[in-house]
Amino acid sequence: MTVTLLRLAVVLVLAAFLVDPHLFQPLFEPLTQNGAPAIYDRTPFWQLAMAHLGIVLLAAVLATIVAVGMAIFVTRPAGREFLPFSRSLANIGQTVPPVAVLALAVPSVGFGLKPTLIALFLYGLLPIFENALAGLSEVPAPVVEAARGMGMNARQRLFGVELPLALPVILEGVRISTIVNVGTATLGSTVAAKGLGEVIVAGLLSSNDAFILQGGIVVALMAILIYDALGAVVRNAARRSGLARTGDKI
Amino acid sequence: MIEIDRLSRRFGDQLAVDDVSMTIERGTITVIVGTSGSGKSTTLRMINRLIEPTGGAIRIDGVDTKTLQPDILRRRIGYVIQGHGLFPHWTVARNIAAVPHLLGWDKARIDRRVSELLTLFQLDPALYAGKFPHELSGGQQQRVGVARGLAAEPEVLLMDEPFGALDPVIRAKAQEDLLAIHERFGTTIVLVTHDMEEAVMLADRIAVMDGGKLLQYDRPEAILGAPAAGFVEQLIANGERPFRLLSLAYVADLAEPGTAEGTPITATTNLRDALSQLIWTRRDAAPVVGADGIDLGIVRLSRVLAEAGCPL
Ligand SMILES: Nc1ncnc2c1ncn2[C@@H]1O[C@H](COP(=O)(O)OP(=O)(O)OP(=O)(O)O)[C@@H](O)[C@H]1O
Ligand SMILES: [Mg+2]
Repeated sequence: MTVTLLRLAVVLVLAAFLVDPHLFQPLFEPLTQNGAPAIYDRTPFWQLAMAHLGIVLLAAVLATIVAVGMAIFVTRPAGREFLPFSRSLANIGQTVPPVAVLALAVPSVGFGLKPTLIALFLYGLLPIFENALAGLSEVPAPVVEAARGMGMNARQRLFGVELPLALPVILEGVRISTIVNVGTATLGSTVAAKGLGEVIVAGLLSSNDAFILQGGIVVALMAILIYDALGAVVRNAARRSGLARTGDKI
Repeated sequence: MIEIDRLSRRFGDQLAVDDVSMTIERGTITVIVGTSGSGKSTTLRMINRLIEPTGGAIRIDGVDTKTLQPDILRRRIGYVIQGHGLFPHWTVARNIAAVPHLLGWDKARIDRRVSELLTLFQLDPALYAGKFPHELSGGQQQRVGVARGLAAEPEVLLMDEPFGALDPVIRAKAQEDLLAIHERFGTTIVLVTHDMEEAVMLADRIAVMDGGKLLQYDRPEAILGAPAAGFVEQLIANGERPFRLLSLAYVADLAEPGTAEGTPITATTNLRDALSQLIWTRRDAAPVVGADGIDLGIVRLSRVLAEAGCPL
């Protein structure tokens, strides 16, 4: 109950800020100096939030497709030997800092959306891959045995049994990947991708703490809400899978 | 009819199944018994080609199974495993419908079959069809597992320790149910167990395996009465042997004219239970009645005991 109220409050505050940030002017004014503007308004906040969200979601969709595809491949008999290779690939994506990826990508793909997308995609790959791998290998052996024994072919087993049962764990990976990238996407502004990082960068350049804070708060609130919403999706999937494994912990 | 012809399976250096030959008649229950690792499951799983033989052949009604596509073959053969392997994300009805679904039966036919099987296994369709496996007790899950194996009206049903996870009471019930089902559908059943008791109770033919080899393949009476020297003898030579022998014969066979006191015993009671009743009620003889209450004479304790001894 209190959680529901809290959730509602967060949604309302965020919505109010995105629609009319100037409502919050009195809160941010004490942080400014020499009559600098208290609210960032070079681009409307809602546009920045949409662009930010868009790039994160696009990266999540691409990373999910590739990571789940890879996990499916290496859990098939034909792809088993590629497991170590794909693991290190996904690991590299996570170990190389997104900033470095941005710096490396800009010379070849230019500024803006593309390098940011590449960085977020690589950074988001590992959690989804690892979870998909875990989910697919945790499908109870008797269930797979029964599916084979009753004459389901490989495709029917994958889509009818393995993926539905692994879904909650896979979605948990997508959830982690997505919310990490909501924060990471602020870096995109350093290579001129549109997003909420723009507000923070502007604050840093003009030593305006109010900008830094409002950029940070909006990103944080979005991350919390997305985490919360995807948590509900995961719980629902866990319930439907009948395994009630991941569902318990969240 | 299933002909298993010089079947072998090698895993690396190990011969898990070693030159096994046996013929399983249509409509019979064959039970494969043996200790852990003796190659029972491997043999069973070669029948529906979950494991491919490294030597020999299996023919079902004269057709070499190698010539069939494995998935197509498996849809014709029911398969029930220990721990049931029900799909946790599907309802009971959807689980039972799995193979009919793969075979493309129409919805009305599937629904009819699911209801029929649920009713047969004493699970009210209105109550259970929509439940998920985790909402059932272990015994109910196991019944749904068997129902699923039977759903597409297979001529052959393979069962790998289907009752292994059940407590003794539920287990006895499940065995009785299986016999009733077998009576009704006439399915050829091949069942794996390491429980000799279960084998004797269910089997028309028992196959005893050890170290991948088929040691003896015969009717339960013959296995108990004339066990092959060595492993089979050891397997059955324990305190239970006379009682197992008794459980194979029925009071009807020993009924003789005469009169006796006390509660009558029905003719279809097996001798083991009859002996138990005679001992408990301290009688030397008891009246025998048919299923319809007709007087069939008496059964004597001495005659029952004579049946329990080592065959001469
Ligand atoms: N896929 C496999 N790879 C390697 N060895 C195997 C494989 N399957 C079975 N074996 C070996 O073959 C032998 C026979 O195994 P099988 O499963 O047929 O025994 P079982 O009689 O069913 O035993 P249990 O009663 O324990 O189920 C065992 O020694 C086992 O380790
Ligand atoms: Mg086994």
